[in-house]
Amino acid sequence: MEKTFRITDEDGIHARPATALVNTANKFKESEAFAESGGRKVTLKSILGVLSLGLEKGDTLTLSVEGGQAAEALQALTDVMISEGLGEVHA
Amino acid sequence: MLKITGIAASAGVAIAPAFKLEHPDYTVKQQHAKDSSAELQRFEEALAASVQELEAIKERTQQELGAKKAEIFESHLLILSDPELLTPVRDKIANELVTAEFALDETAKQFISMFENMKSAYLRERAADMRDVTKRVLTHLLGVKYVNPAEISTEVIVVAEDLTPSDTAQLNRQFVKGFTTNIGGRTSHSAIMARSLEIPAVVGTKDVLSQIESGDLLIVDGLDGEVIINPAPELVAEYEAKRDRHLRQIEEWKKLRDLPTVSRDGVHVELAANIGTPNDVAGVLENGGEGVGLYRTEFLYMGRTELPSEDVQFQAYKTVLEKMEGKPVVVRTLDIGGDKELPYLDLPKEMNPFLGFRAVRLCLDRQDIFRTQLRALLRASVYGNLRIMFPMIATLDEFRQAKALLEEEKAKLVGEGTAVSDSIQLGIMVEIPSTAVLADQFAQEVDFFSIGTNDLIQYTMAADRMNERVSYLYQPYNPAILRLVKMVIDAAHKEGRWVGMCGEMAGDATAIPLLLGLGLDEFSMSATSILPARSQISKLFKAEMEKLAAEALQKRTAQEVVELVQAIKQ
Repeated sequence: MEKTFRITDEDGIHARPATALVNTANKFKESEAFAESGGRKVTLKSILGVLSLGLEKGDTLTLSVEGGQAAEALQALTDVMISEGLGEVHA
Repeated sequence: MLKITGIAASAGVAIAPAFKLEHPDYTVKQQHAKDSSAELQRFEEALAASVQELEAIKERTQQELGAKKAEIFESHLLILSDPELLTPVRDKIANELVTAEFALDETAKQFISMFENMKSAYLRERAADMRDVTKRVLTHLLGVKYVNPAEISTEVIVVAEDLTPSDTAQLNRQFVKGFTTNIGGRTSHSAIMARSLEIPAVVGTKDVLSQIESGDLLIVDGLDGEVIINPAPELVAEYEAKRDRHLRQIEEWKKLRDLPTVSRDGVHVELAANIGTPNDVAGVLENGGEGVGLYRTEFLYMGRTELPSEDVQFQAYKTVLEKMEGKPVVVRTLDIGGDKELPYLDLPKEMNPFLGFRAVRLCLDRQDIFRTQLRALLRASVYGNLRIMFPMIATLDEFRQAKALLEEEKAKLVGEGTAVSDSIQLGIMVEIPSTAVLADQFAQEVDFFSIGTNDLIQYTMAADRMNERVSYLYQPYNPAILRLVKMVIDAAHKEGRWVGMCGEMAGDATAIPLLLGLGLDEFSMSATSILPARSQISKLFKAEMEKLAAEALQKRTAQEVVELVQAIKQ
């Protein structure tokens, strides 16, 4: 399952929201979550990986989740994206 | 005595002996190891010790500076448990017969250079976090000693190459009176921390560290960005006076932060702030803003490739309204065109963009854009005290059309079962002279006016404010401008409406006495001007300012008005 976002935060994805995303991904032990942007895919369980995407305002980011609880995990990650004011769902 | 200039990072003046906080040498000298399992063991121990330290720092920061400031250490902790970092280090130790410190240093360097090469300035700064975390673990592996800033127990000024986030979090305000560093800017970690700790700081001095010995008497002037080494006694006395003046001012402003703005003869006016994004609200509240007098929604539309969706806008408006906790928030609908372009709208270039297709003129034509914004605003209205204001209104027809669209969208939303507030005030910007002149008629149909002085001045004086050669005509104190302001205020008050001002003039110390005298109800300015303005107004008698304003209206030139105000000055 996956969902694509457009980054709307002025600073792109920075340390605090990246921390929130990784912490959320880590809560779902049965699933593997990934972040993909600009042709690179990294595990969402690594803050350095997420920051290494160098996401800036206007970039698109695809979050994908595999394994158990995938739907719940993706929803929780979506909530973080929206509540942190990071991005909007990109149709 | 030696004076060094740097960047004023945190206001105030500190006078105390220097304390040099120098990091030990973190160079890794030993590359090869004999026993990889012993090295792995060392690495895990150093890691555990570092995690323990970070937990303690996080805890301490949370207690002393709040959860927000502690978040950075949450990120550091995540880095220390990040498989992307730990796996390569462990592999290197296991497979290459190298020391733990070598493996860590090599791996960390790759991440540091990755961050340093990023496009975004913000992400480049993350190299500092990576270095900070690496140094922490290396301290244990190399067995070097680093003076923990928390151990400082006499009054000092800390002098350092740079302060890491963990250094700053451990500074004890009781003893650390200020600090100065070689590198850094106003937005670097150390500067931000200094401001929240409220200790004076001068950063970016380039070479302050090499000029100072521990124990030298220092003055750190965080107001003007200067560091003075071994000053003469007279100079110390001078700076003590400067420090005390600043402290008294801060005390006075702090007392005013939670108070309403009241003139000396007891008349209340409202001091609000101008904002551009939801992130600005924190500054409004910290500075005691009584509301948001102008929320410029353009920023939502700028720096992107297509129009923002209704939901994106709704989230932004809702956030601002919620954070303001019921205090009024005046949202200005899209004011694009003029000097603010949106590439994706692909509007034709105009000869006179300031007189052209902009703001409400564009919105009434591109109703798709306007209706989306109005819907987002209406949906957000139930989360606080929303006031909507249309920019660049030149005729009553324009206002009526805009209002009709709002009513239509409201009816649709209500029909769809969406909650919409019933008490949304609807007003206009007064920035076109025709509207100022006809204010008495407008006042019968709008709930409020907000005078946009930047445009009102340029349109009244027929002087493009982007053209430096006519900048002498930008005259806020010209009696012609003051008379227009008076017309608007008098017309509004006659109908029981209130009048605000959201141009630069509203926060201007020379204009404030006149505006108070003219009867302005709401002053909206940059957040940092609020407390000085509140302090100024608390010392003025409104009745006297009325006389002053009446006199100013009879002056012939802007210069005469300025002289009149300065003569009474406070």
